[in-house]
Amino acid sequence: MSTELSNVEELAIKDYKYGFETEIEMETLPKGLNEDIVRKISEKKNEPEWMLEWRLKAFRHWLTLEKQSEPKWANISYPAVDFQDIIYYAAPKKKPELKSLDEVDPELLKTFEKLGISLQEQKRLSGVAVDAVFDSVSVTTTFKEELSKLGIIFCSMSEAVKEHPELVKKYIGSVVPYTDNFYAALNSAVFSDGSFCYIPKGVRCPMELSTYFRINTSGTGQFERTLLIADEGGYVSYLEGCTAPMRDENQLHAAVVELIALDNATIKYSTVQNWYPGDQEGKGGIYNFVTKRGACRGVNSKITWTQVETGSAITWKYPSCILQGDNSIGEFYSVAVTNNFQQADTGTKMIHLGKNTKSTIVSKGISAGKSNNSYRGLVKVHKNAENSRNFTQCDSLLIGDRCGAHTFPYIEVNNQSAKVEHEATTSKIGEDQLFYLRQRGISMEDSINMIVNGYCKDVFRELPMEFAVEAQKLLSISLEGSVG
Amino acid sequence: MLIVKDLFVKVEEKEILKGINLEVNAGEVHAIMGPNGSGKSTLANVIAGKDGYEVTGGTVSLNGTDLLEMSPEERAWEGVFLAFQYPVEIPGVSNATFLKTALNEIRKHNGHEELDAMQFLKYMKEKMRVVGIDEKLINRPVNQGFSGGEKKRNEIFQLQMLQPKLAVLDETDSGLDIDALKIVSSGVNTFRSKENAVIVVTHYQRLLNYIVPDFVHVLVNGRIVKSGGKDLALELEEKGYDWVANPVTEEAAV
Amino acid sequence: METIKEKYISDFRKAEENMNGEASTAFHQFRKSAIAKFDELGFPSLKNEDWKYTNISPLFNYEFTKGADLNISKKEVEKYMIKGLDENVIVFVNGIYSEKHSSIKKQQTGIVIESLKNVIKNNAGLILDHIGKIAEIDNGFTALNTAFAGEGAVIFVPDNAAVNGHIHLLNITGEKDRNILTQPRHIIITGKNCNVKIIESYHSTGSEANLVNAVSEIAVGEGSIVEIYRLQQENESSFQINRTHALQSANSTFTHYSVTLGGGIVRNDTNIKLDAENCTGNLYGLYLTEGNQHVDNHTLIDHAKPHCQSNEMYKGVLNDRSKGVFNGKVFVREDAQKTNAYQSNKAILLTDTASIDTKPQLEIFADDVKCSHGAAIGQLDDEAVFYLRSRGIGEEMARTVLIRAFANDIFETIENDAFHEHLNHLVFEKLK
Repeated sequence: MSTELSNVEELAIKDYKYGFETEIEMETLPKGLNEDIVRKISEKKNEPEWMLEWRLKAFRHWLTLEKQSEPKWANISYPAVDFQDIIYYAAPKKKPELKSLDEVDPELLKTFEKLGISLQEQKRLSGVAVDAVFDSVSVTTTFKEELSKLGIIFCSMSEAVKEHPELVKKYIGSVVPYTDNFYAALNSAVFSDGSFCYIPKGVRCPMELSTYFRINTSGTGQFERTLLIADEGGYVSYLEGCTAPMRDENQLHAAVVELIALDNATIKYSTVQNWYPGDQEGKGGIYNFVTKRGACRGVNSKITWTQVETGSAITWKYPSCILQGDNSIGEFYSVAVTNNFQQADTGTKMIHLGKNTKSTIVSKGISAGKSNNSYRGLVKVHKNAENSRNFTQCDSLLIGDRCGAHTFPYIEVNNQSAKVEHEATTSKIGEDQLFYLRQRGISMEDSINMIVNGYCKDVFRELPMEFAVEAQKLLSISLEGSVG
Repeated sequence: MLIVKDLFVKVEEKEILKGINLEVNAGEVHAIMGPNGSGKSTLANVIAGKDGYEVTGGTVSLNGTDLLEMSPEERAWEGVFLAFQYPVEIPGVSNATFLKTALNEIRKHNGHEELDAMQFLKYMKEKMRVVGIDEKLINRPVNQGFSGGEKKRNEIFQLQMLQPKLAVLDETDSGLDIDALKIVSSGVNTFRSKENAVIVVTHYQRLLNYIVPDFVHVLVNGRIVKSGGKDLALELEEKGYDWVANPVTEEAAV
Repeated sequence: METIKEKYISDFRKAEENMNGEASTAFHQFRKSAIAKFDELGFPSLKNEDWKYTNISPLFNYEFTKGADLNISKKEVEKYMIKGLDENVIVFVNGIYSEKHSSIKKQQTGIVIESLKNVIKNNAGLILDHIGKIAEIDNGFTALNTAFAGEGAVIFVPDNAAVNGHIHLLNITGEKDRNILTQPRHIIITGKNCNVKIIESYHSTGSEANLVNAVSEIAVGEGSIVEIYRLQQENESSFQINRTHALQSANSTFTHYSVTLGGGIVRNDTNIKLDAENCTGNLYGLYLTEGNQHVDNHTLIDHAKPHCQSNEMYKGVLNDRSKGVFNGKVFVREDAQKTNAYQSNKAILLTDTASIDTKPQLEIFADDVKCSHGAAIGQLDDEAVFYLRSRGIGEEMARTVLIRAFANDIFETIENDAFHEHLNHLVFEKLK
């Protein structure tokens, strides 16, 4: 086998296809972080006083955390981030107050087209409403009017702060308080933009909502904040995609996503994360330190997280569910691929508080090259969470002999009627399977892709159609040259 | 078409094939028979290029091209097809996707245009009729949850789909009841033509009632000890392998 | 005020002053380095990831002191022996080797079954290469045990020797109105192709709280088969911190059973390192808890070399307000290709106030491996209960039958009938 594998090693590695930079005039704040910067960000965005106050509280809290330095418990290693060497605000200079797509800077539109999210196209054909976030600001939101007829609010976070302060005030920080962790505090202080969505009572959102995030300007950090509320009986399926240019430096992405599902509401949140992972030597790439959490507040509510993580130099991310309402359901489906020098420490927390709550975790980790891939999860059943159920399936696949796969599942059960099952396997890609496919004329690399894609089927099945196709492609790209 | 010359093969330091010579021409069906452990499956796997076999001497060529230097997929492009004794299950990969990829790869390397989804579907339906395979199986992941018989039938279906030059059937009859055996055999028989060749590797004569060979070779202890026409199979059935095996041991004893 | 940590350090100094020639020996130098390590490490707290679920602070409510070799009756000792089993018995009373209660059968020349005290005195060379080398001193308890190492058992079996009978290390602790501390250190070394079976049992005489801080080190020689059965049966106010490390050579098989029935707070660290090719390591555990018992099992299986396999199965039944912790780590190093590792941990909670925290961990750095783990926490299978009831067995009886079956399953592989029976009986009594 090994001799044949080395042939594959020689295969040229395709470039990160999203590695271009867009030349748009940007307005940036100076590097560094202090109270003044926080005030300026708030001022740039014309925010009301209460929002600034909240930011400042978060910032002061972050300062106390910073003294103790960033969290170190994850199974990742990287040089300390210099938080004074980051630009916390960058926005396209043209006033982003747009009435329609036609007013968007054509350069920007081209960028989104290159990313495969032609907004024009989307608008006409696919029926997916898109909010595009370019560096720090939301540039455009499609389908807004049609959605508003149903009472659905889908807009940028900045707009929501101004237009729907009562909703933002009520829910922001209610799932992820700024005291939650180091990066949540940082994000709360400096978040620049992000998406906001509110689904009113009894409304089923008729189309997929989507946000595309793009880091463009060099030396910037992206700190978006997403808040999604499905009121009683509401339903929404939300997609999130991310890309960044190729750079030698490491860039920081520290987002916060909060989901709230009230009685009988359902939220599906899907992510295809494809930030620039760094080059083959491990140079550059995004540090993706994200806090994502959903609260199933109401009875019979349901939150499903589906993620395909192929990008970023380092991923630190645990989309979680707090199952508060009786009979509520939390689901987590994840594919995390690491290659070259990438590191991923990802997983989920399922906190069972209500009665008859159910959670399902399916995690597929694929490690190749010299990468390290960790699953870290917590299933916690509280005293009162009678008849709660959890099933966890956590599989790791190793490609090559220089990578690592790790599982750290924490299970804490405080109720006797709970049933928690956890299964995990780690194995290499099957030689018999490879030979079978190759005997039928399929090349080594295609065979690996085919097997890996098959292995991830359970997760891809959870993604909306167009995303599933993209995810499969991404998987192939990120595994290129992985065998050696 | 296929020429095997003085082939010596080791598996984990143990010599399994000890000088095999075999010539298979287009339009011919050869049966390779022998007791368990004689090296039949080794020969099939070495022709297809499976890892873990060390060729210590001899050559294997197909239409003048040296097969031993090639990767398994290159051999497949050249027209080698192995029907596996134990087809492996591949979770999550549908039979149809798998076959479309395989077929187009082979076509591409032979300078043919790749089939698009519609063309492929049409072609596949045709072949499904030939083998009588259930549509449900086509949409299921490769071999996953298939019964033993279904797996073998799937192998023959792939044979029909890919239309190789040389088909090597490794114990395709094992584990099949008589009805399944008939279906599988008819699949092979419709495949037979002047342009291709078939090697049937089997322990029992039973299969050869349905796939009638032109030549029968008896493989014992890593060597072909006897070759003949189809009647040799019947003789073997009657007299057992000891009949041909013994002269070898006598020879070795000298 | 002197902290508990300082008290132990000053105890060490005092003991040192009272030593005669021993203070200058190589063995004592080794102790000295351990007390320095203890000074550095201190006792673990909840902040330490490895101790996240086990709070040892209740231990500091007592002042534990060294006990005396009390004159206990032969009858008392016999109570803890295993009926019908051919045993060599080494008895420790309050941690002190009791020659008069111990009985060792005639053994082949070269086999040593002896107290650590005597070995340090007469034959320290036998253990110097192993003690402290197998169990790394990486937490305060191990450091403390090492600093005070002086009592325990040494078992040495040379190449191709056969031990006559099981070896039973019988630890009886307790003294009226006192809280006794014992720190046994057991060292087991086997040569090539030996077969050794060791039972390590811990008992209390009264209801006072005692602390046993035990460390066992086992070197399993090439081609040897070593089995260790640890039975923890102390009273429910006592503490036990137990650390067992085995290091395996090529083609060896090591099997460890951990059976925890007693003890108030019990923490076991059971680690094996498969340090050569073709080793098999087996870890089996059973804990049955009630009242306020807290039992924490940490295991580590370190696959350092290729072609090894490990099996692990831990089971718990938790009643009342008791708490269980299981942390099982399987570590497969870069070189350890063709590793096969299987781990399973199951627990049944019998009440709403019982709880379990579990963390089965896989850390894999080799690609050609098959590793799996499973954890299941729940109740008895309702269908099984129903099935038994439909056959005329009352509900309570049906539950008891199923719990026993769940627990006894762990002992399936034990061949010796007398011992198997003894264990089944212990489980039966505990679950009554």
